[in-house]
Amino acid sequence: MTATATDWEVVIGLEVHAELRTATKLFCSCRNSFGDEPNTNVCPVCLGLPGSLPVLNRQAVEYAMRIGTALHCTIQPSIFHRKNYFYPDMPKDYQISQYDIPINADGWLALPNGRRIGIVRAHLEEDTGKTTHVGGGGRIHEAAHSLVDYNRAGVPLVEIVSAPDLRGVEDARTYVDELRGILVATGASDGKMEEGSLRVDANVSVRPAGETAFGTRCEIKNLNSLRSLGRAIEYEARRQISLIAEGETVLQETRHWDESTGRTGSMRSKEEAYDYRYFPEPDLVPVAPSSEWIAAVATALPVLPAARRASVAEAAGMAPDDDPVITVVRLGLEPYVDAVVAAGGDAGLAVRRLANEVAAQVDSISRLTPDAFVALVAMEHEGALTTAQAREVLKELLESSGDPKEIAARRRFEALGTGALEAVVDEVVAAHPDEWARYAGGEDKLTGFFIGHIKTATEGKADPKAASALLRTRRG
Amino acid sequence: MSPRGAARSTPGWPSAVSIADDVRAGRRPASDVVDEHLERIATADGDVHAFNLVLGDEARAAAARIDAAVADGRDPGPLAGVPVALKDNLCTRGIPTTCSSRILEGWRPPYDATVVERLVQAGAIPVGKTNLDEFAMGSSTENSAFGATRNPHDLGRVPGGSSGGSAAAVAAGFAPLGLGSDTGGSIRQPAALCGVVGVKPTYGVVSRYGLVAFASSLDQIGPFARSVADAALLLDVISGPDPADSTCLAEPAPRASARLGEGVEGLRIGIVTELANAEGIAPEVAARTREAADALAASGAKVDEVSVPAAVYGLSAYYLIAPAEASSNLARYDGVRYGLRVADSSPAGDITDMYIRTRSAGFGPEVKRRIMLGTYALSAGYYDAYYGKAQRVRTLIIRDFEAAYQSFDILLGPTAPSTAFELGAKTADPLTMYLNDVCTIPSNLAGHPAMTVPFGVGDDGLPVGVQVLAPALGESLMFQVAAALEAAAPPTPVPVIGGPPA
Repeated sequence: MTATATDWEVVIGLEVHAELRTATKLFCSCRNSFGDEPNTNVCPVCLGLPGSLPVLNRQAVEYAMRIGTALHCTIQPSIFHRKNYFYPDMPKDYQISQYDIPINADGWLALPNGRRIGIVRAHLEEDTGKTTHVGGGGRIHEAAHSLVDYNRAGVPLVEIVSAPDLRGVEDARTYVDELRGILVATGASDGKMEEGSLRVDANVSVRPAGETAFGTRCEIKNLNSLRSLGRAIEYEARRQISLIAEGETVLQETRHWDESTGRTGSMRSKEEAYDYRYFPEPDLVPVAPSSEWIAAVATALPVLPAARRASVAEAAGMAPDDDPVITVVRLGLEPYVDAVVAAGGDAGLAVRRLANEVAAQVDSISRLTPDAFVALVAMEHEGALTTAQAREVLKELLESSGDPKEIAARRRFEALGTGALEAVVDEVVAAHPDEWARYAGGEDKLTGFFIGHIKTATEGKADPKAASALLRTRRG
Repeated sequence: MSPRGAARSTPGWPSAVSIADDVRAGRRPASDVVDEHLERIATADGDVHAFNLVLGDEARAAAARIDAAVADGRDPGPLAGVPVALKDNLCTRGIPTTCSSRILEGWRPPYDATVVERLVQAGAIPVGKTNLDEFAMGSSTENSAFGATRNPHDLGRVPGGSSGGSAAAVAAGFAPLGLGSDTGGSIRQPAALCGVVGVKPTYGVVSRYGLVAFASSLDQIGPFARSVADAALLLDVISGPDPADSTCLAEPAPRASARLGEGVEGLRIGIVTELANAEGIAPEVAARTREAADALAASGAKVDEVSVPAAVYGLSAYYLIAPAEASSNLARYDGVRYGLRVADSSPAGDITDMYIRTRSAGFGPEVKRRIMLGTYALSAGYYDAYYGKAQRVRTLIIRDFEAAYQSFDILLGPTAPSTAFELGAKTADPLTMYLNDVCTIPSNLAGHPAMTVPFGVGDDGLPVGVQVLAPALGESLMFQVAAALEAAAPPTPVPVIGGPPA
């Protein structure tokens, strides 16, 4: 085969594990809390002590139903299974999970551009403990010894399995970003990848463009950030393409992403795959939410990111998948847009300032009052501040609060009035008659030359847009 | 032939009902009751080995608290001062709970089983943890890591199992009451072999929280007693909803003691053909079953034969479902967190090596056999043929029982195929041993209640039990019929050891 990279399509399906933000664990009343002293949030149930039994957490079921509703799934009567395998961070040496009858099935998630990604299922399961391998390469069989923290054992998870509908790194990132937004909006999960409350496994395969059959897939584990998700998919796709290009075959297997080397490595082949010996969990009864409960969850569901983007986009005169709109909604900055709209201001300008300057300093958002933001946008819109000046004022507002008018005055930011600007333009034109002749003759690239001189003459107070408009008028 | 003679008179030990009455009324101190039982244990348990652990100090302290309550005018509860023998697969806080397995070596549960809490709340006094077949897997209590228990009626014979320790303890007068667990007959079969009453309640009537699991969908805790009334008293204390067990019924449990003494006049009682004619039923056992039916008929019941066709597949289905669940339930004994750990400290000794060494050393042969059977039955490619099919048999058994209950109020059958057999007689052939449970397994698969009542003796003079089966939640009626059967039964033989007071 002599195919080049551009001839290949990368096909991705993602399995996203989201920890639910319940007060207690899935099957016991231990605290569900990140970062506590190891092995302090444990009891006979989540330690799997002999004789203990699980009791399902109702809030976890409700959160799972919210996620299912938000992902347009069918919420159905479901049961739990046992997934049997030995691992020291799993206290019972089986995981209680949903298998062939999950609570949520057959839904979809719309990317910001409107394309629907199929959701195969979104099921409930318990998390495992956390193992730290000491010595060796950080893998269990090389370790001198291992430490296990069972605080996470039994924390409720919803595993959301997408159809293989994603086509490349950008798609995958966008999907996870959108899913995270939905999870956070529903209140079901805090979506913090850095704390492990959102974990992603990627099923990756490649096929020649135009081919409809799927290639052999590999499942990549240990993707702890959007960055590693992207890097791992890129690496894995390249690996598979070069295998095929060299006439070899891709083996179906589970691969481990190594962040430090930037490579995926084989964990176990299909032949070595665990036989999990699934069977229905006899210690639990079926979960069959009533239609009243399902309806109540749907009614109480908060507005989701897609709808929020639609309203921001409409106010700003943008498309719902324009980056500034996505950013404003992702960061939950809509109250500022709303304030500007309510004051009759320029919502488009507001969205741009929020997505650029404010987003860059979003941790300081509490210092920026909606009133101050409304005033700032109005000043820029009216030409009282140049764009550069408006950015400076906004930066200061985010650093130390205040009144934008006072800040502008103190820093002697005031865009020149039209009369004053005309006078400066006249002066600069008169001082450079040769250049003016060429500009007037149609040499547009000289615009920058004149603007530069006008800025210097006004110590930066001239609005470049207003100045270039005057130049064009003058040229006639 | 046993050296013992024919049946003697009913043991003269006081019942749990009378002990509790006397203690509550201040007629007899609990301390006296406990001392007397501990003394009997000290004298005779060396021969019987009913107990893995005797809780002497704890029992005396509990008795003192009961006596103080009585002195203060507080009611110590319906089981005030009654000694109870606990099967050693019921968790007791701070007290070793071994399941008669080496793998739990050194483990002390940080909590009490729900049934233990309820017993103590009711004033009962645990006097010890009783021996069992390892993890309740067996029918003779010979599969114990701590040695076999012997039948108090003949020390050369087994007490049955797996709850052989509790059955023997109650039969030998070490405690008027005992608790066991019944997965395929582990209460009823040893009760029959030891000549006491044994009850497997409806699945979900008694909380399993704190019962170390063997096969979760079949396990049920139940009482041993020397009389039907005592068994009813105990069941009424331990039954009822428990939020800690999702499979425990949310509705109030049926009262076992509701209709004792109401007789059987007009009740329709069916002898289950498939149980009465099951493989290996001894002629004398079949004869006692017929005599029991005749006795009930003489008391006014209408008795006839009834078929429960799918019951013949019970044993096969059970030996797929129970080991399958066990293979998963017993996975946690891996040496990582508690109990036995056998590890190679050299660099070659990785986690897999530790798992293998620990489980190889910690489990006995029968447990290993069932883990392997169950692992195989659940394996990819075999699941439908084995586990799936066994579950379908289970559905058929329930359907056939329900059909039988359209025409009958109560069913009757043998409990165990024979009287107690010699130690070692069946250890070489697991299948022969498994056949002990052929008559008891169908009730576990159906989730229905069933109990055994002593009814006469075999040719060897050893006790025979007859089984009373009822539909789901039919405990009140089941105990009503059991009481009538008890009243009509020939005298129960007296054990050779720990004999009753003169």
